[in-house]
Amino acid sequence: MSTVLKIILQRLALGVLTLFVVSILIFAAVNMLPGDFAQAILGQGATPDAVEAIRRDLGLDQPPVARYFQWLAGALQGDLGNSFAQANFASFVGADSGGNTASVATQIAPRFWNTMFLAGVTALIAVPFSVVLGILAALYRNSVFDKFTNIFTLSSISSPEFFLAYILILFLAVLNPWLPSLSNIYQGMGFGERLEKTLLPALTLTLVVTAHMMRMTRAAIINLLASPYIEMARLKGLSPMRVIVRHALPNALAPIINVIALNLAYLITGVVVVEVVFVYPGIGQLFVDSVKIRDIPVVQACCLIFAGAYILLNLTADIMSIISNPRLRHPK
Amino acid sequence: MSFWLEIMGVLLGCLAAGWLFQFAGEKITHGKPFFRDMPLSIAFGYALGAVVLVWIVWSYYLARTLEAPEVNKYFFFRRAIDAFILFAIAAWLFRLLGRSVGTQGTKKLFRQMPLTASFGLLTILIYALLAIFAGVLAPYGQEQIIQGAAANIAPGGDPAMGGNPAYPLGTDQIGRDILSRLIYGAQNTVGIAFATTCLAFVLGGTLGFLAATLGGWLDQVLSRGVDVLMAIPSLIFALLLMTIASAWAGSEKGLLTFYMVVIIAVIDSTRVFRLARAVGANIVVMDYIEAAKLRGEGLFYLIFKEILPNAISPLLAEFGLRFCFVFLTIASLSFLGVGIQPPLADWGTMVRDLAQFINFAAFAPQVASAPLLAAGAIALLTVAVNFVVDWMLHRSSGLKE
Repeated sequence: MSTVLKIILQRLALGVLTLFVVSILIFAAVNMLPGDFAQAILGQGATPDAVEAIRRDLGLDQPPVARYFQWLAGALQGDLGNSFAQANFASFVGADSGGNTASVATQIAPRFWNTMFLAGVTALIAVPFSVVLGILAALYRNSVFDKFTNIFTLSSISSPEFFLAYILILFLAVLNPWLPSLSNIYQGMGFGERLEKTLLPALTLTLVVTAHMMRMTRAAIINLLASPYIEMARLKGLSPMRVIVRHALPNALAPIINVIALNLAYLITGVVVVEVVFVYPGIGQLFVDSVKIRDIPVVQACCLIFAGAYILLNLTADIMSIISNPRLRHPK
Repeated sequence: MSFWLEIMGVLLGCLAAGWLFQFAGEKITHGKPFFRDMPLSIAFGYALGAVVLVWIVWSYYLARTLEAPEVNKYFFFRRAIDAFILFAIAAWLFRLLGRSVGTQGTKKLFRQMPLTASFGLLTILIYALLAIFAGVLAPYGQEQIIQGAAANIAPGGDPAMGGNPAYPLGTDQIGRDILSRLIYGAQNTVGIAFATTCLAFVLGGTLGFLAATLGGWLDQVLSRGVDVLMAIPSLIFALLLMTIASAWAGSEKGLLTFYMVVIIAVIDSTRVFRLARAVGANIVVMDYIEAAKLRGEGLFYLIFKEILPNAISPLLAEFGLRFCFVFLTIASLSFLGVGIQPPLADWGTMVRDLAQFINFAAFAPQVASAPLLAAGAIALLTVAVNFVVDWMLHRSSGLKE
């Protein structure tokens, strides 16, 4: 067991290191902006005095390395700086910034939970659905059903998210008014209503993610069906369903878990477009809005959160596959 | 609640019908193995498939016979089925043409081709022709705000429905012809995506082969750098860099499009680098590379004359998939408003601009079709490329299962 622990700790350390380097990259990228934050806040008609004042206020007169570590230390404590768009000019020039409506953290926190809710609902629908579909496609491989699901999943993988989203809106919200096409979620909303408004974006993401998971599940199981012990089970006279569920599935679990984790990581990018389509108040929509108005601290923070989640999910996939595979658990 | 009851009822009905089907089949054929060994689950599947098929045919029948207000509900369904049948026939004819015209080699290729692959090839061909001859085919210019034409003319060309026969797909919010913009979109969106993919391959392929050939610290530095770049989700990273690029470009829209090409090419070249390095590393250890080295050939000769020709087939398949990814990323960026910049016509931007018309689908389905056409154009090309790549991989791996 100690070797497993050692490997996991190694991976964790590697993940933290990656996140650290990524944070340097994000910080460096933002510092490539022409001019600096002060000019960005004030616009082009700023007087040099005002620019200088803000620069001093934000600590921009310090060297980049010092600023990076200040930003990192702040981010670790949950202080992600102040948003340009929310901050008014006076609060920067004045001695006290007063009130924390401008802080990025207070802006992001509720939206973060909304996004997690959306991702959670999606995962709850998509994972069982795609695994069952994958098993069925492997069971009846090369049948009409298999060919049809193959074409269907290939098409839904290759469609852009907004196409799927608008198709679903068209059929489930406009032509047949079953579900709301706008996900205007606010705080203090009942769970049922919230779920109803989240359902359409969640279904869109399900369509995007299911295809991949289902194809990988099918491939993993079919890969195993050539093994001698499956042949043995078949020769014993077990039913095809039993062969797959009892003998193939446990051994295919490692690649399937891996695929599920990787696809949840893929959800992160999918979430951005889908949230914009449905006006879902999540972190992806905030990110796109901030990109458009060049609200640098928010962009930086969102980027860090997305990258962190992505690295964490990839790390989980990695560790899961090590734990479930004895060959990786006991390297020679 | 009644909706769920209905679903449950249909499923139970299918179960009963499946059982009946199997039972009747066994009795009538006097125990043919096909019916005798059929599990209930497969019989259920047959029944469910039959129900879905009947439902599709019934809806299509309704779509063709119903009158104005009710038929709106089936408008898109009908168009989708029409398009599906049309494409299937076109793909079949195309395959037939390929089987009877051409050299021995291409004839053989077409003989083994599934219908999906010939559909993919045909679609790619049509897109390529549209992109090349956009200037000739489009009735109006892509930036041209047509004098005398109103804005927001409905698609369909029927004056009673707010259309105009001169503009078969209508005009957009500032009075540009949508059909022309769709055709020019093939040139801009597909052309830019193609250029980006090529750039990504030149960059990633060269660096990957270099890393594989030289090894040592260069390999280490490049590989770790790629690891870090790949740790950020690509769309997020592209959006971050586009923020910075838009600050650099200022008000010059053309420059911003150029920056976008470079940014996406760099992000995507990391994936190409991985593949090129892996494939190259397998080739570098071959004897003929050793021989070339002993002959005293230079690095340039090694990479482009020895390694590249032997790595071309996996790279080609990857090129198709990469193109899809790049194409979808660009479309997504444009849809979010930070990709290809106006006045260039582009499908992603068109979807964003026209999306609000989808809400009118229940009263005037033609109006809602314009944004869906643009989005569908994106989806159709990626589906086509995927079908062709799928077929190529299937052929080269010799997978029969």
